[in-house]
Amino acid sequence: MALTFGGCGSKDFQKSLQERLITAKPGDIIDLPEGKYHSDRTLSLTVDRITLRGKGMAKTVLSFAGQKEGAQGLLVKANDFTIEDIGIEDSAGDALTIQGGTNIVVRRVRAEWTRGANPGNGPYAIYPVECKNLLVEDSVARGAADAGIYVGQSENVVIRRNRAEYNVDGYEIENSENVDAYENVATHNTGGMGVFNLPNLPRQGGKHVRVFRNQIVENNTPNFAPESLGPIHGLPTGTGIYVMAIKGVEIFGNKIQNNNSMNVFLVHYDTAVGDTLQTTASSPITQSIFKPGDKRYYPYLQQVYLHDNDISGGGKAPDIRIPALKAMADALGGSLPDILYDGMVDPAWGKKSANPGEICIGNNGAATFLNFDARGGMKHLVRDVKSYACVLPPLSAASASTLAATGAIAN
Amino acid sequence: MFRLRVVTRLSAALLLAAAACLAVLIAGCGFNHHRDVRLYLEEPFPKKLSAWRLFTQTQGKLKPNARVLPYDLNTPLFSDYASKYRFVWMPAGASAEYREEGVLEFPVGTIFAKTFAFPVDGRPGEERLIETRLLVRTKSAWIPLPYVWNRGQTEATLQIVPDPVPIHYADAAGRVRDFTYQIPNTNECHECHDNNKVLQPIGPKARNLNREYSYADESDNQLARWQGVGYLRGLPLAPLRAAEAIWNDPGSGTLEERARAYLDSNCAHCHQPGGQAGYTGTDFRLKGSDLAGLGGCKRPNSAGNVGRLTYDLVPGAPEESILIYRLESTAPKISMPQIGRAVVHEEGVKLLREWVASLGGKCGA
Repeated sequence: MALTFGGCGSKDFQKSLQERLITAKPGDIIDLPEGKYHSDRTLSLTVDRITLRGKGMAKTVLSFAGQKEGAQGLLVKANDFTIEDIGIEDSAGDALTIQGGTNIVVRRVRAEWTRGANPGNGPYAIYPVECKNLLVEDSVARGAADAGIYVGQSENVVIRRNRAEYNVDGYEIENSENVDAYENVATHNTGGMGVFNLPNLPRQGGKHVRVFRNQIVENNTPNFAPESLGPIHGLPTGTGIYVMAIKGVEIFGNKIQNNNSMNVFLVHYDTAVGDTLQTTASSPITQSIFKPGDKRYYPYLQQVYLHDNDISGGGKAPDIRIPALKAMADALGGSLPDILYDGMVDPAWGKKSANPGEICIGNNGAATFLNFDARGGMKHLVRDVKSYACVLPPLSAASASTLAATGAIAN
Repeated sequence: MFRLRVVTRLSAALLLAAAACLAVLIAGCGFNHHRDVRLYLEEPFPKKLSAWRLFTQTQGKLKPNARVLPYDLNTPLFSDYASKYRFVWMPAGASAEYREEGVLEFPVGTIFAKTFAFPVDGRPGEERLIETRLLVRTKSAWIPLPYVWNRGQTEATLQIVPDPVPIHYADAAGRVRDFTYQIPNTNECHECHDNNKVLQPIGPKARNLNREYSYADESDNQLARWQGVGYLRGLPLAPLRAAEAIWNDPGSGTLEERARAYLDSNCAHCHQPGGQAGYTGTDFRLKGSDLAGLGGCKRPNSAGNVGRLTYDLVPGAPEESILIYRLESTAPKISMPQIGRAVVHEEGVKLLREWVASLGGKCGA
């Protein structure tokens, strides 16, 4: 059943729409007409099988400027949810939060803070968390103080043909499994894309992520994340793609260029987030969560296959705000290579192989490389990428099953 | 004009009452006939609160109908300094099952009615009823029903998306309260009450109910009274009953116990596994959590703009603890809880500050 939403003044809009969202019946399509609608309070949906549809991401706009109550703009906790052709602006916190849903489609949604990069902006523009079968496509995210398009603690995910710009992080794929991110654009963020696992989250063990045919270029906007947002505050300005503490990532066919700190950053948790984990683990208070040797979180990088990418022009002006980067840049004459790997291997892997973490890098044009030997304090630098010339079996696609589950493809 | 309209309405009400009495007179009843609470277990739920017959008098003060039992909690959720009047009713013959932890198991037909009121400015002792929230246990689920009181305080009507209410008064200590009180809409009810997508009451746990209450006849332990009126079965002997501290009564528990009770009542409905903020990994429940679960030396997942603070809770250092910072804020992105608080709970924050300051240990090696 299609129902057009309208016939109400802007003042009553939030009340009317919220009532509509509450009284919706599964299967309803809620059509929002053209116009800019203001709400000073989170709008929320908990009914399954609802489509919320506007007339275009520039034409139907939900503005949360001056929000008084609630952290999110639109908060969805429902299954089989589709949102399309809507702009969401200036929420206090995250613009679009989708929590714990199965079969979720975000299509042609623009989520934005209109004042541009600002530490007071909400952390995430498009924020699905704990979802299963998730499609985010043809959407736009701007101005997020953490990530423009974030996918966390989710499985079976496709992120495609989106545009993220002027965020701190363009895209984040966090603690998620079976993910395809392709044909996206990340530009003018602090960093283009992160693929990683973090501790302290209920769902651990993110893996199996494919990143392909994306354009990750010129992400050099100075980091504007407030310190309280945690590790993102330390993301070097000018990061292309970073991969941290995860097993099973294939990155291919991407254009990764002109990111001023480095185009590709392959790291252990400690390298990227400082000594947080070590200090956390060594504190008696948190040992119940992070006992040394706790298997719940594994901080090493394993089985990363970076191949056939167009990588160039990275590391020309590293973010010297980060002491470690400054030290490295100073030692290397002011600039950094395109691909930076910390060389962290788990001693438990033994010394049988020179590359026990199976970090495989090949056919990335003239991309420069450095293993900077984080553990050894840059004593044993490896500049020859051929040391990592190995091949891993291609990862299987997440796309087909996810798109079928979300109804995005009928065949 | 206003007076005239009231008179007219009164006349109509008298006529209706007369007609009703005629009807009941035929059935052998008199003017003092007793009308029981009326239970609705299916949509559509009554638009008017009065249809439930939970209260026999509303003007000025709620007077509960027969078998509608008032109760208090040891440590309640803070709601902008609102007065809260809680009542419970169960169908004849139905009773709740005692349990040590978590909310009691309530029978189908249970009604909780919680009324929020604020002082009337310039009239000491007088209050204005704002809303009455019903939680009704139907056969399939708990249903939240927010009723909003009219200006004349004669009736409350069901509103799924209530309008905000401007509140202005000076309290007994002369502090001026001037803010907009947000009545939660029914979705927002779920945000606090849901665990794993199942709506549950939050307050009526055995340990939170285990306290004295001054009933109309005498003072009594609430659990004992519930058992006495047939609302509770399986109640263990008094020394074996779960109990929790009264957050603002130092005689009821140690600083730690009172702080933990406060966190349990004000934070744990979201911050526990299956709760709205379960994904953050924090767990503020009174039982089964430890300092790390309470945010001790834990970096936040996403805490809004909280300046240079690093950890949710830094032992010994309330000023460095995001937990305190967020409780002292009323900015939408920063304040906690995320909904239902427009005013800082100064006394609550003071308790938690003292508790954090009392904690030993440090973050880092």
